Amino acid sequence: MYYLWVFLIGGFICMLGEVLLIYTNITSARILVTFVLIGVLLQAFGIFDPISQIARAGINVPIIGFGASLAKGAIMAAQSKGLIGAFTGGLETTAGGIAAAILFAFIFALIFRSKTKS
Amino acid sequence: MQVDEKKRNEAYNRYVKAKIPKTKPWPSLFNSFLVGGIICCLGQGINDLILIWFPNMSEQTAWAYTLITLIFIAAFLTGIGIYDKIGKFAGGGSIVPITGFSNSITSPAIEFKHEGIIYGICVKMFTIAGPVIVCGVVSSIIVGIIYLFI
Amino acid sequence: MKANQTVKFKNKPVIIGSYSIVGPKEGKGNFGPYFNYVIKDDSFGEDSYEKAEKKMLVSAIVGAIEDAKIKPNDVNLLLAGDLLNQIISSSYAARNFNFAFLGLFGACSTMAESMAIGASLIDGHQFDTVVCSTGSHFCTAERQFRFPLELGNQRPPTSQWTVTGAGACVLSSRGYGPRISMATFGKVIDFGIKDVNDMGAAMAPAAMDTMMAHFRDTDTTPDDYDLIVTGDLGKLGSEILIDLMEDQGIKLGLNYNDCGQMYYTRNQNTLSGGSGCGCSATIFNSFIMKKLRDGEYKKVLFMPTGALMSTTASQQGETIPGICHAIVIESDVVNNKDEDLKSSKKQYKIKKHK
Repeated sequence: MYYLWVFLIGGFICMLGEVLLIYTNITSARILVTFVLIGVLLQAFGIFDPISQIARAGINVPIIGFGASLAKGAIMAAQSKGLIGAFTGGLETTAGGIAAAILFAFIFALIFRSKTKS
Repeated sequence: MQVDEKKRNEAYNRYVKAKIPKTKPWPSLFNSFLVGGIICCLGQGINDLILIWFPNMSEQTAWAYTLITLIFIAAFLTGIGIYDKIGKFAGGGSIVPITGFSNSITSPAIEFKHEGIIYGICVKMFTIAGPVIVCGVVSSIIVGIIYLFI
Repeated sequence: MKANQTVKFKNKPVIIGSYSIVGPKEGKGNFGPYFNYVIKDDSFGEDSYEKAEKKMLVSAIVGAIEDAKIKPNDVNLLLAGDLLNQIISSSYAARNFNFAFLGLFGACSTMAESMAIGASLIDGHQFDTVVCSTGSHFCTAERQFRFPLELGNQRPPTSQWTVTGAGACVLSSRGYGPRISMATFGKVIDFGIKDVNDMGAAMAPAAMDTMMAHFRDTDTTPDDYDLIVTGDLGKLGSEILIDLMEDQGIKLGLNYNDCGQMYYTRNQNTLSGGSGCGCSATIFNSFIMKKLRDGEYKKVLFMPTGALMSTTASQQGETIPGICHAIVIESDVVNNKDEDLKSSKKQYKIKKHK
């Protein structure tokens, strides 16, 4: 049943991105940055986790989740290790995703070539 | 003369803005909702499967594997030239999920392949996604430091 | 009183040969049957799209020289340009030929710019035979000005589709064919448009300015031409031009059209239409040349527009300046229809699509 929430919340967040695309004419890079910052803010104010309880993948799969886990890592590490934690924590929690994106991009770039649009 | 030109340009910009054909936003909003929702459900499905197969795995690790799987799928679809077709249909629906992040790293990497591995793939990989990582990291460090003091 | 921008040619240089080569999507467009050659695959057998663009330019130049029935050694000068940084396609294409080369940059207006300069040089007896050429490629333009091809983004409704194609024509002081009688060199006009996805609106004021200068200098009206055709304003831009001209008191009628707007069919998803150097170059060197040779059009005002922007400038918040050059081409066909058709058919053979 929670798949309904995943679908609704995930779809709604993506639709917000589309709203930005249509009404402000911004590029996709700016949209990604905006949503990462939203994620960081949600986590900083402690709102992310309650939403995540209900929405699950609906908020973790959008790039908001990426921002949130950056902030979460930085906050937790800062609280346990002090100042250095603020520097190391964020990338530690998100390292998997970034590394995977780099690796797969590299591999597929070696294999495939760009095709024209139709 | 300067003022005149400014006025003329402003008037022209207003005129052009009014002239641009208005498209109905509803179809594209619906498409982005649909595709975004489906991608999120796919992520949830992968996450559930991982937890079924490896019941002892911590939730955080399971999420990491989920995201890596999604990133892999998106990078592959980008490579075979399907992701941009999904993107054309879905707009925000395929940009906002983590798959859009993967697409924005893989697409320039493939595009600039001809400039060589170092100057092409490696250098250009972050032309679009670079700002995401920079802004995310900078803001998370600031948030971490703020949390030190409260 | 403003200075004259228009050159009237005494000897009226002749367009003795022309050639157009386009990509597969363009071949399926409205002008498909008119193009000399349609390539099967966008990469044209090369390993990068930049090389494909260069190869298209080379084929267009070779084709035009063949069409003119002259030898490459007869050519004095090549005038060419394209959209890429440092106009590499043209320069690298010129590497294959044994004649002098002048690289031009007029963005999408390059076809008229090169023909106007070529005609001036011939009219002044400086050169005898000049080849004018330009081309563009969707994939190279897209990655230089916009985003990688595989990025999943949507195109706004005002955006245009860069034409994959190249055109070339041979101008000469003697021979048979349509003649260039006048050329109006345009000024750079900027009405403060910043949106890089709305080139039509950025270039329309330049087209208006050049058109006004042309009508003023030559004392003509739109009715004096069988066809007035702009380069790549697209649907939106050409509507804007019609409005702008009306504000100036000149009504553009049915004889006005825009290459970008006509280029693709409705279901080819090109939104506002075609753009790029190749847009006006391929239509001019195929459709318009054929109609001029057949005598169906007697007098054509050809005025491609160009947006003189770069990604660096627009990222720094600069507005987009536009430019437009106009040339007048007159058909050499007199009314004796049968004979004309025969001779023009001889000159203009459309090769079958391979």
